[in-house]
Amino acid sequence: MKLLKLVPDNTNIQFLKLRVPFFVLSLVLILGSWIAVGVNGLAFGVDFAGGQEVRMTFTGQQTAPIPSLREKIAGLGYGEPVVQEFGAPNQVSIRVALPEGTEDNPDAAKKIGEQVIATVKADYADARVDGNDTVSGKVAGEFRNQAILALLAAMAAVSVYIWVRFEWQFGVGAMFALVHDVSITLGMFALTQWEFSLQIVAAILAIIGYSLNDTIVVYDRIRENLKKFRKMEMGALLDLSVNETLARTVMTSLTLFIALIPLLFFGPPSLFGMVAAITVGLFVGTYSSVYMAGPLLIWMGVTTNSFVPTETGLDKQEKIARGEA
Amino acid sequence: MLDFPLWKKLSLWATTLAASLLALPSLVNVAGLDWPAALPSPQVNLGLDLAGGSHLLLEAKAADVRAQRLENMEETVRQLMRNATPRIRIGDVSTAGGELSFILENAADIDRARGLIEPTMQGATTVREWELKVVDGQRIVLSQTEAGVNQAIDDAMDSATEVVRRRIDELGTREPTIIRQGDTRIVVQVPGLQDPEALKALVGQTAQLEFKLVDLDALPTNIQAGIAPPGSEIVPYAPGTPGAGSAIAVKRLGGIRGDNLTGAQAERDPQNGQSVVSIAFDAQGGAKFAKLTTENVGKPFAIILDGQVLSAPNINEPILGGRAQISGSFTPESSNNLAISLRSGALPVPLAVVEERTVGPDLGADSIRKGLIAMGIGSLAVIALMIATYGRFGIYATVALVFNVLMLLGLMALGGFTLSLPGIAGFVITIGAAVDANVLINERIREERARGRKVIAAVETGYKEASRAIFDANLTNLISALALGMFGSGPVRGFAVVLFIGIITSVFTGVTLTRMFVAGWLRKARPNDITI
Repeated sequence: MKLLKLVPDNTNIQFLKLRVPFFVLSLVLILGSWIAVGVNGLAFGVDFAGGQEVRMTFTGQQTAPIPSLREKIAGLGYGEPVVQEFGAPNQVSIRVALPEGTEDNPDAAKKIGEQVIATVKADYADARVDGNDTVSGKVAGEFRNQAILALLAAMAAVSVYIWVRFEWQFGVGAMFALVHDVSITLGMFALTQWEFSLQIVAAILAIIGYSLNDTIVVYDRIRENLKKFRKMEMGALLDLSVNETLARTVMTSLTLFIALIPLLFFGPPSLFGMVAAITVGLFVGTYSSVYMAGPLLIWMGVTTNSFVPTETGLDKQEKIARGEA
Repeated sequence: MLDFPLWKKLSLWATTLAASLLALPSLVNVAGLDWPAALPSPQVNLGLDLAGGSHLLLEAKAADVRAQRLENMEETVRQLMRNATPRIRIGDVSTAGGELSFILENAADIDRARGLIEPTMQGATTVREWELKVVDGQRIVLSQTEAGVNQAIDDAMDSATEVVRRRIDELGTREPTIIRQGDTRIVVQVPGLQDPEALKALVGQTAQLEFKLVDLDALPTNIQAGIAPPGSEIVPYAPGTPGAGSAIAVKRLGGIRGDNLTGAQAERDPQNGQSVVSIAFDAQGGAKFAKLTTENVGKPFAIILDGQVLSAPNINEPILGGRAQISGSFTPESSNNLAISLRSGALPVPLAVVEERTVGPDLGADSIRKGLIAMGIGSLAVIALMIATYGRFGIYATVALVFNVLMLLGLMALGGFTLSLPGIAGFVITIGAAVDANVLINERIREERARGRKVIAAVETGYKEASRAIFDANLTNLISALALGMFGSGPVRGFAVVLFIGIITSVFTGVTLTRMFVAGWLRKARPNDITI
């Protein structure tokens, strides 16, 4: 039986040749994402913005009548509502901010929610209420803090772990790759204005874990090769390491990708945003472990001498015992 | 590395099969069949986002607890001073600024007053709950210590949780979750509940019933302006009652609370057909009630629920039987709710709903079905790719993958964890990522074979060299899953749990289990060449 080989043997792509243009591209993407987040903002869902959110499915229609919904609900006098497609074309999420002074008054929120539902149902008999969330301003603020804290803590913790297991340069490289992945994912949500909820933060945390897998596999091979090929030029060594692990990188990204694609298209509509974030993060993460994590090592001065086995206390004792020291 | 003695093989199989079998009840359930009741049946709980239902986050305000304690202390102090022999006269009582302060008319009483008050400052615990200061030799100031307030909040929250549980149990719903969260919060989750509003009405009602004497000396104009005579307070009528929109003045102290009830029942008044709630006091409460009504025949007293007057009838005659009937423009539902609330006891502190999530039941069933379909397609695609790429080694990886999913489900059931909607995404990610270990190992074996190593040596090196990267990669994954776990409860927590357990089971099945399969085959077949 002939087995499938996605990456032919002895593949030798000179990735690092293009490191400067790709690095510049990455920086542009990161900056662009930050600008997008700054200008467009993220479409915070009720988790982070607080307020009242009603999710509905129009069971008798292909697409939800979003413009008409927006107009009718704006007519209730609670300001401009956020009406978005949520998952499927016939599902919407309707978000209404709570009027000033009632952010922490659940009864006011409840009343608004009931009014919204009644208004929609009066015009569309096929509207099915899937969910109704009220989050007070205080709790939303806590979720925001928790999310920021969790993201920072996760990024810091894994970077420190890499630093301890490898060298500080590797820790910085991994951190940079993570900032890259997280920024671009956020940028995508700023551009598309898809709802940014707790689920998306969960997706980003998962991206942090899995994007790092690639980085670690490449780093592990770089470390091994640094010890093996002491005379090799650094660029060539990185290329060798990336190429040697390329089959694995492609294969792993592909398995995760083909597992996620059915979920993206046939899965529960309300998971769409989360799965989309993970899918994009998967690509960005694979790219960043080749073009961010690797070249940064060169620029931070990792050389083939960086991994000369340093004399540990045990070695020293051994030498003393043998009378060499 | 490839040496598997019999005991090791047996224990690995035992672990794998035991954990996988635990998944069976959940699978049978998902398939829509009934699991025999006689068998042990740990089952994965479905989160609210899959089962439908209501989630409420209730919060108590610390300020309410402080105010309540202060009021209780004032009453205690007044009683102590009044009952002292000879009586200690006090004046200028104030509770402003969260402190209780008063002047002794006779400065010589100061030590006697201290001696009476000090024993009440220590609660059941060793915590010092109050601070006593003497100002100018004649004024006593009692302030609450932070430790005392915290202790009180803690106690109040414990009993509030209990009260909420009793009330929800009366609804007769299936498997509600009621847990304290943090210092001042309670999470209530009721799966499959059809009417979330009833739930909210029930847990949101403090049900603090009070009987207070009406202050007949208060001027109507003052009441309207909200100015209460000394020792009295203005209480508005509840909406829907005949007096709605107006208020009356009642004496702040000397009333009784409806804490000592043995029962409460929603009834219909046979005379006018109105919904009423009849209550029965216990012996102590009955005695107090009898005393209050005996001493105040002919005067009106107000029946106050959660700070709003229901009615203010005249006491026509002493009520000695320990029974009373409350009317207040109830609907049959609201009288029933009040009866439940009174039966299960008043909440020691008012609770506000700060987060509420309701999920319709249709959405959840739809999500499970779509999630399963997507998971099935994804798994088949991964399996096909693995077998096409690694042949025999791909089949081993596939078997490991199946056990991985079963063990993950089984361990979740065993641990009583909840499967949420994002948890389904977690399962799919686990399926896609679990084979990573096998990819790493198999690619390494390929490499080692290409370098000319013999079969056994190549397999051994492959497992050994890949293990390091597998370990590091999965540990960082565990770290990010832990960061995810920070999100207290709810769907995201469900995602973190799946990832966390999935990482552990995938290392076990992907590395240890496949190594045993490969070792067994190598030993038996002794191949000179392998297709990989």
